[in-house]
Amino acid sequence: MSTAPAEVQRPDTEQELAPDLPWVTIVWNDPVNLMSYVTYVFQTVFGYTKSKAEKLMLDVHHKGRAVVSSGAREAMERDAETLHGYGLWATISHDS
Amino acid sequence: MTDEGLEPDEGGSPEDLMARFRRTGDGATARFAAVEAAIIRDLVGQVVELIGGDTLDDGDAWPDLGEAGGVDGAGSGAQNPQSPAGASGPLAGGMPADGLADADALAAMIGLSENTELPDDPVLARLLPDAYSDDPESSGEFRRYTEHGLRSGKAAAARTVLATLPATGGRIRLTEPEAQAWLRALNDVRLALGVRLEVTDDFDDQVAHMESDDPRAPYIGVYQWLAYLQETLVRALS
Repeated sequence: MSTAPAEVQRPDTEQELAPDLPWVTIVWNDPVNLMSYVTYVFQTVFGYTKSKAEKLMLDVHHKGRAVVSSGAREAMERDAETLHGYGLWATISHDS
Repeated sequence: MTDEGLEPDEGGSPEDLMARFRRTGDGATARFAAVEAAIIRDLVGQVVELIGGDTLDDGDAWPDLGEAGGVDGAGSGAQNPQSPAGASGPLAGGMPADGLADADALAAMIGLSENTELPDDPVLARLLPDAYSDDPESSGEFRRYTEHGLRSGKAAAARTVLATLPATGGRIRLTEPEAQAWLRALNDVRLALGVRLEVTDDFDDQVAHMESDDPRAPYIGVYQWLAYLQETLVRALS
């Protein structure tokens, strides 16, 4: 993993997806954020149970990223903005 | 991500950086030595400056450093309790005595910049990241509508730390909203330090093999202690 977004491989996003496919918010792994903190943020921001938040956190940790929410684009932008406020590295994408 | 143990000295933290949070009925409490308070105030203040917090108009003024009250029993490291955050002196108490660990050097590590618009400053890029990894136009639009609020929120959290942590240290008691602001502000400081210290997933191995003249060496203990401190605060709030 790297410390800067620019240094990490980007997801391949299809440009021709059907318009009704949901948008997703993706959280990327980084070497600084504490695992406990990321779990706490998922619980606080999304209201996820501790077990669901921990599973997502571990997905981020082990797979490098995880989809943490999905829905309309505007909702995903709100989620990303909130996550940026907590210092998580979040991006928005059409499909994952 | 990193999994922080709850023993601050395992990673070689200076012995006097030991402050940790504990849960209270409606928030969290911790006792800070003067040197610990000075380090936090200095770094948090640098983040505020870096994100342009002092030019944002929707926050409170910075607290008067001389009026911070409620101190009971500041630690023995208080060489100059009245000096504002950012002054040299207090920092030296908790750092290796090699001349690097003064406030100016810390400022250099964080990378203070007059120009908050620099999109290629790696610390700013980490604190205010692009929202679309493959769509610069959408990222620009997102930034246009969200960046001011994001900067303001980070500045407000940082100011909560400055307003609740006396320069002389001592025991502080935080409400839950204050503690949550501390959590975000500590995280921003760690993200900034992490970029400057070039923290990677194998950072522990790097530290173990770090040469003593590595310019990052004096700050490793601070970085590790801040992780420990944040971990205790997460647990206090969980």
